[in-house]
Amino acid sequence: MPRPGAMRVQEKSKDFKKSFLRLLKNLKPWKYLMLMSLFLALVSSLLTLLCPNKLSELTDSISKGIYPSESRLELVMQQASQNLKSGNIINKMQELLINSSLSETETTQIKAVLDKIQSSSNPNEFQMDILNLPDSVLIQLFEEIKIDDITISVIDQLSMIKLFASNENNDVLAKFNQLPDSIKTVIIPEVDMNKVKSISLIVGTILIFGAISGFIQGYSLTTVSNRFANKLRDSICKKINRLPLKYFDIHETGDVLSRVTNDVDTVSHNLNNSLSTLVSSITLFLGSILMMFATDWIMALTAILSSVLGFVVMFAILGKSQKYFNARQAELGNMNGYIEEMYSGHNVVKAYNGTKDAIEKFAELNDKLYVANQKSQFLSGLMHPIMGFVGNLGYVAVCIVGALLTMNNIITFGVIVAFMLYVRLFTNNLSQIAQAMGNLQFTVAAAERVFEFLDEKEMSLQDDTKKHLSKSKVKGEIEFQNVRFGYDAGKTIINDFSIKVNPGQKVAIVGPTGAGKTTLVNLLMKFYDINHGQILIDGVSTSELTRENIHELFIMVLQDTWLFEGTIAENIRFNKDDVSDREIWKALKTVGVHHFVKTLPEGINYQIGDNDAISQGQKQLLTIARGMIEDAPFLILDEATSNVDTRTEELVQKAMDKLTEGRTSFIIAHRLSTIKNADLILVMNEGNIIEQGTHDELIKKGGFYENLYNSQFEKIV
Amino acid sequence: MIKLFKNLTKKEMIYAFICIVLITGHVYLELKVPDYMSSITRLVKTEGSELSEILVQGSYMLSCAFLSLLCTIVIGYFSSRVASSFSATIRKKIFEKVENMGIAEIKKFSTSSLITRTTNDVMQVEMLIGMGLQAMVKAPIMAVWAIMKILNKGFEWSILTACCVAVLLFVVSTIMIIVLPRFAKVQKLIDKINGLTRENLTGIRVIRAFNAEKYQNNKFKEVNDELTNVQLFNQRCFSVMNPMMSLVMNGLTLGIYIIGAILISQAGMLEKISLFSNMVVFSSYGMQVIMSFLMLVMIFMMVPRAQISAKRINEVLDEEISVISGTFNGKTDETGTVEFKNVSFKYPDADEYILRNISFKVDKGETIAFIGSTGSGKSTLINLVPRFYDATEGEVLVDGINVKEYTLEALYNKLGYVPQKAVMFTGNVSSNVSYGDSGQKISENKIKEALKVAQAKDFVEKMEEQYESHIARGGTNVSGGQKQRLAIARAVARNPEIYIFDDSFSALDYKTDITLRKELKKYTKDATNMIVAQRIGTIMNADKIVVLENGECVGIGKHEELLKNCEVYQEIALSQLSKEELEDA
Repeated sequence: MPRPGAMRVQEKSKDFKKSFLRLLKNLKPWKYLMLMSLFLALVSSLLTLLCPNKLSELTDSISKGIYPSESRLELVMQQASQNLKSGNIINKMQELLINSSLSETETTQIKAVLDKIQSSSNPNEFQMDILNLPDSVLIQLFEEIKIDDITISVIDQLSMIKLFASNENNDVLAKFNQLPDSIKTVIIPEVDMNKVKSISLIVGTILIFGAISGFIQGYSLTTVSNRFANKLRDSICKKINRLPLKYFDIHETGDVLSRVTNDVDTVSHNLNNSLSTLVSSITLFLGSILMMFATDWIMALTAILSSVLGFVVMFAILGKSQKYFNARQAELGNMNGYIEEMYSGHNVVKAYNGTKDAIEKFAELNDKLYVANQKSQFLSGLMHPIMGFVGNLGYVAVCIVGALLTMNNIITFGVIVAFMLYVRLFTNNLSQIAQAMGNLQFTVAAAERVFEFLDEKEMSLQDDTKKHLSKSKVKGEIEFQNVRFGYDAGKTIINDFSIKVNPGQKVAIVGPTGAGKTTLVNLLMKFYDINHGQILIDGVSTSELTRENIHELFIMVLQDTWLFEGTIAENIRFNKDDVSDREIWKALKTVGVHHFVKTLPEGINYQIGDNDAISQGQKQLLTIARGMIEDAPFLILDEATSNVDTRTEELVQKAMDKLTEGRTSFIIAHRLSTIKNADLILVMNEGNIIEQGTHDELIKKGGFYENLYNSQFEKIV
Repeated sequence: MIKLFKNLTKKEMIYAFICIVLITGHVYLELKVPDYMSSITRLVKTEGSELSEILVQGSYMLSCAFLSLLCTIVIGYFSSRVASSFSATIRKKIFEKVENMGIAEIKKFSTSSLITRTTNDVMQVEMLIGMGLQAMVKAPIMAVWAIMKILNKGFEWSILTACCVAVLLFVVSTIMIIVLPRFAKVQKLIDKINGLTRENLTGIRVIRAFNAEKYQNNKFKEVNDELTNVQLFNQRCFSVMNPMMSLVMNGLTLGIYIIGAILISQAGMLEKISLFSNMVVFSSYGMQVIMSFLMLVMIFMMVPRAQISAKRINEVLDEEISVISGTFNGKTDETGTVEFKNVSFKYPDADEYILRNISFKVDKGETIAFIGSTGSGKSTLINLVPRFYDATEGEVLVDGINVKEYTLEALYNKLGYVPQKAVMFTGNVSSNVSYGDSGQKISENKIKEALKVAQAKDFVEKMEEQYESHIARGGTNVSGGQKQRLAIARAVARNPEIYIFDDSFSALDYKTDITLRKELKKYTKDATNMIVAQRIGTIMNADKIVVLENGECVGIGKHEELLKNCEVYQEIALSQLSKEELEDA
């Protein structure tokens, strides 16, 4: 469960450029995958840019199919009216009068028209009169015409001419619709389906290619980012084991934890998105500008200006809102911290009548959070609609200017369609670039924190450690020679300390909490390097031995019972593979916990979890059993007392005694009664060894130890 | 969820209603925009249309867009108010509820769970209202409206759009079905990574002492690799999503054009132009339909999460508080007495009793101590006095009156309680010592005196700003022993009739422990002390020692008496001190 108080405000990186380059450098193992996906991003965005253009062509070719071709119509009209030319028609009429068998009325009508024409100076004026002749006559006067192998019959011609001659209906389109089919066929060019097909094919291919390359891109980038995250986590884990203990004195566990999880997560999640988004967005952004200008510069200017105007407004608002976001984050932190504090101190709040006060203070914080929350939510909510409006603004501007230009025949309608898409590309990518840049900032800042950790100074190298002590041959003698040590350079904690411990001796270290008892242990185990003097094991200086070699020689059982999630067997076996189950049972028996383990459902394969059946004391016993398996000539014991019930406590005591048998041992003692028989007692206070000697010597001396010892039995009067 | 929404105030409801109305308007406007687009298209294509007409339509469209922007701004304003004021109300309700809870209820939920319920869960619900309210209302309206607009504009196009929606929904939901369960796994593995790292950090000495670095690294590597694999699988699945979505959306546009080309080529003169403008408009409506369906999918993903949070919040709000304040706050005949009369206790849902038939009485100025192994019930027993729990059977009397009859305030004014784990609040030394309300003002002198008694004067005066020195959240800038002494000073400053020390001395070394208790005894001669302890040394001077074993009292008396006739006490004593030492003492 995430700790609510731990929500961290994303920080900015300290040195963006340096860390960014470092990040790239660390991605080197995957450079081919990265380059390939970035290349794909580039190509597919370039192709995407072609899309609007192609769609515009498509639109144009479709729109050509809507309108009757006027030039063809004119051609038909022209040919049809050839029949009406005055010379031709008069001759025809006269021929008709002579040759054919006309009815009475028809003859008179023709004669009347002929008279009219002949008496007039302009014979062409009488076309209407001719057209008013009955169809039966007209058919014989006209000739069929042929255009593109399509025959237009006389009747069709006539109906066309009559249609356009009449004044009844001025809707040109309606008239078109009433035209005879033969003419329609001539004047209406079909939508050029071949062209539509080929363009669609191209666009379709681009889309499919884009989708495939998008998939490959996403696929390979997730691979890169996850493998990278894997490597980072691994490096951090390994780093932990190479850092000097000193590092962990200064730094909190939570800090390292958040680097392993939060920071690595941020890096892997955002790396994935921001890099490819940046590449494709920048390509699309620049490309859309280029394509717009290439298509039509007036439209391009219109589109860009109107969008940029919108963006200026948006960024102005966003810039202002930043402080509200920060305020919200801060208030949220305060609130969560307060809640955590009040809940975990609930019993004190209650018992001290602090409830009313707590509620009042909470209300205050809550109100503050409410205000900050509301403002930041409102402002962040504005972003999207404003973006939408910017899009619409660009759209309308493009439409209006486009319409103007189309009507003046400067551009085709397809260009408008293309621009509608370009505007979308332009605005979308501009905002995506802004977003990706922000993400990249976070990513780099997170990566920086991880690198910072990986760059921490590691423990000294062990090149000059030539000697090796074998576990089986060590006698067990330890000598401190003028040892001087301080955790910080200026602050000496142990000053010129010398003792000699013979094989098999028992050394107790006592003193109040925080007296620095563990410092001695830390030096013995070479967890820290001593500043001056040396520690000798069987006469060999620890500076000449590797840390691993020293660790081999010691059994260490600590007060904080460190067991990990795993089975009991795993915990006892720990890193030694060659320990059989029998040996484990034997160790469990020696510390006296085997009866208990037997009662567990799966015996030594019982899974140790967070809150389960194993008590603190039993856990302590298990860690002792772990030490038993180790079998080394030296022993370091940190006694545990608190939270162990009396029966287990006895067991622990017995187990520890057993462990000290035949070993040179150092015991950090909390209970003074148990170490009275120690060969040497070191009394520590405030980091110094202030007294040393056996129990009796120290009691006789009447110093700090005597005081400490007797305070157990003091009466309060 | 709906139950939680009953907590909406009238004002918030009105705001929410305004939002819904405005959202409807907003959708109307948004869908109107393509209409104007279509008219503009038609105008541009028709010869002889006036420029002024296009401008008119253009300005209509722009004002539509602008109005819709205004709408969203107003919606955003109101919905942010509803969301944040609702969450503030809920948060306050939870907090007040928790503050009034007894320890039993807190334990039932666990402190950390209560914290997440008050913070994260409320945030989840807030997010749903803030973002979801709009989307939830908008998506269906948008979908239906856009579909209606399309339906009569072309059957073939509608079919195509429906197909696209179906494909998208299919792909998205398939991916979700595959990936969602793995998300839980990812969370688990991340927890495991966290756990392992924590393990490495806390056990760093042991690991190094056993030369087990490699062993731990390998363990980590295993989990790390598994995490990477699961993550890779998830994200690879997701990498299908984006290209798929853009393919479908762009494909829809292309498809609409292709269908358009076919329809137009087959249509009669008159229909061609209207078909053409329909086609242009359709491409944008089709997109709207798809978008609104995607929005619906997102809501469906968001709702269950918020639903879980809402449930968790309701659980807290519905919890019945077991410890209810009484009414008595007057004077009592006795002072400084505590009496247990046949007290038994068990947790409400438990079968087994934690305390059984405990009776004792302690008088003014006396010290009573409780000892026993872990789980013997000594902490529970002492917690019955400040009513952290109420006795299941029997009576607990303070100053001769049942604790249940006191108002909580009156009861707590008599008590000075120091917990096992010292609690520090953000602030300074003084504010921590004078914490709470004790019915009287705590003067500066009193604070100094209390610190002196608690053996805290020395280290406080060594601090940079002495009594005004900052105490960090949780008291992280003072050591455990120092915290404990400050906590004791806090109790002393109240001047209580009865002190309750719940194992409060274990963080102190013998020396400080004894000095402190000596001083305390001197300073509070008339006060009654109740002490839970683990160390024999701490309690052997008490006037009465109560020995507990498995919730039963197995011995009451003085140290010497118990040593003689109480087996459990002997056992405890011998595990800590040797025979001679006990005899010496």
